[in-house]
Amino acid sequence: MRKARLLTAALMLVISLPAHSVSWRGNVTLQERLFLQDPADPRQHGNNFSVSAQPEMYHDWSEGKQSISFIPFVRLDQGDDERTHADIRELSWSYISRAYEWTVGISKVYWGVTESQHLVDIINQTDQVEDYDQEEKLGQPMAKLSLIRDWGTVDLFVLPGFRERTFPGVEGRPRVIPRVEKNLTSYESSQEDKHVDFAARWSHAIGDMDIGLSWFHGTSRLPILTPAQYNGEIVLAPFYQIIDQAGLDVQLTRGSWLWKLEAINLDGNYVKYKQATGGFEYTFYGIASSAADLGLVVEYLYDSRGELATTAFEDDFLTGLRLTLNDEQSTDALLGVIKDTDDDSYLVSLEANRRIGESWKLSIQASKFLVDGLDQSLKSFAEDDFLQVELGYYF
Amino acid sequence: MKKVLLLLLLSLSVTPAWALTAEEKGLKIAQNADQRDSGWGDQKQTMEMILRNKQGQESRREIRGRSLEVIGDGDKSMSIFDTPADVKGTAFLSFTHVNKPDDQWLYLPALKRVKRIASKNKSGPFMGSEFAFEDMSSQEVDKYTYKWLRDEQLDGKDVYVIERVPVDKNSGYTRQIVWIDKEIEQPLKVEFYDRKNSLLKTLVLSEYQQYLGKYWRPDQMMMDNHQSGKSTQLLFSDYSFNNGFSDRDFDRNSLKRAR
Repeated sequence: MRKARLLTAALMLVISLPAHSVSWRGNVTLQERLFLQDPADPRQHGNNFSVSAQPEMYHDWSEGKQSISFIPFVRLDQGDDERTHADIRELSWSYISRAYEWTVGISKVYWGVTESQHLVDIINQTDQVEDYDQEEKLGQPMAKLSLIRDWGTVDLFVLPGFRERTFPGVEGRPRVIPRVEKNLTSYESSQEDKHVDFAARWSHAIGDMDIGLSWFHGTSRLPILTPAQYNGEIVLAPFYQIIDQAGLDVQLTRGSWLWKLEAINLDGNYVKYKQATGGFEYTFYGIASSAADLGLVVEYLYDSRGELATTAFEDDFLTGLRLTLNDEQSTDALLGVIKDTDDDSYLVSLEANRRIGESWKLSIQASKFLVDGLDQSLKSFAEDDFLQVELGYYF
Repeated sequence: MKKVLLLLLLSLSVTPAWALTAEEKGLKIAQNADQRDSGWGDQKQTMEMILRNKQGQESRREIRGRSLEVIGDGDKSMSIFDTPADVKGTAFLSFTHVNKPDDQWLYLPALKRVKRIASKNKSGPFMGSEFAFEDMSSQEVDKYTYKWLRDEQLDGKDVYVIERVPVDKNSGYTRQIVWIDKEIEQPLKVEFYDRKNSLLKTLVLSEYQQYLGKYWRPDQMMMDNHQSGKSTQLLFSDYSFNNGFSDRDFDRNSLKRAR
């Protein structure tokens, strides 16, 4: 209901603006996922078709000092009711001056430098029903003040209203088994999803080093999942504790080398741990006398809890190869292998993109899960190898 | 005898222009051109990039650019992509340096992510075009060593022909031959020789217009790659100076809201 009112207000705002001053862009994307095996849970769907749309509206005035941006997102999914969903990615007003910037409304913020996982990036909740790789985020209500100084930028956040992480539904695939039941969601805070969170970040570029230090107090974006009974079925119940998280992200850019480190210390009443991701990206430019570049990405993923960690990545290595053709169609491909150092679980993924004509983009993603019997957190993915083909129209 | 000595001393102390070595003369031409083009402060412009392959098929990109003159170092610049639609809103920030690697950041609007990128790849293509990153970045005197070759006429204009050799060993070129218009002191043509010292590309700059009564900018650049048969044409429009830009318009915060 609240969402519907917001949407109506946003639409009225858009309509009332003089048409010539509003700029539009966005995309409509068709997606087909082909699964290679029968699902581990017979209720899960087979091959699946899906369509999504994300128009983006932007308007600025007073010489660009003030602006509003509106980005709704909607997906219709053939097989998974939970994946059929809509979100307001952005609906915000910004004011920019020489020494500071304000953003008020629903918005998105990205922190961090590494490729395999994004530990430091905590402001926006993950829209996990979109993809298991956790790259898609939900819009977050916020008031953000950025102070721009010679010694760096300080971002201060007040975050009213928490967004629950989305999870695939009963029919959804790939997903963990047992599945996550959102009706069993509970919170440490008595204010539940109304708890107001705070965050601050200092970031700066010093010579060839880009550095960020951040702090967050509020509802953890990552729920603790505990087995529970639900209508006679074993499911996982999400529990969101209150946490303090300190984060560091650094990148050194030297010649063909990018050195990267992200580290967090998460402190809560129920769970506390330290995590880090560190590594490098080295690029071979103009391979085989062509215009193409080949990058080697190596990252190590550490979790102080070791095998007890609830995330899939602990004491793991990512090795990736990134091929960029630098051609007219902006063709690129990324092959990534994440391997647990203790057992024989692998996650292999291949992603490739190519523009077709001026307005279309073709993306192919193949994911293979090779799972050692002992690794519980990945086990349910063992039957979920899939090939995804996406065709997007951009305007 | 004394007179002869005096004459000799005089001729040593006041070296006339014709006595310069070819290297000194080449450097002088580059310095003069640079000096004449300094003091523009800031500028912005719109660029249409037309890529043509061997078969004549075209694809287009629209890029808005703005730059800030930095005295004593390379300039700061930002490029914002308007088309193709899938990269709309992508922005590229570059701090050019004379004696150290450039600082470069890329903003990816879909992820809202600012990425520091390696700038070592000077010879790599800019947006899949025949222009390399080093062709697009600000041309500073100290980036090359020079040698005057000859004076001649090009399309009815008096020109200096100079050879310049990139100082940076990561450059994709062994040398460039530049035809500089004597009147406006701007390049009309550049030949690029690859690492094997064979002719790779020819750039022709044309339709120069004068701004603020002083600074000359081309409306068109045409780059032909002789080895691949591909070409890239740049059409510039909406040049504007004195925009009041400062460092603040060229930082990572401004990159995030480049539109």
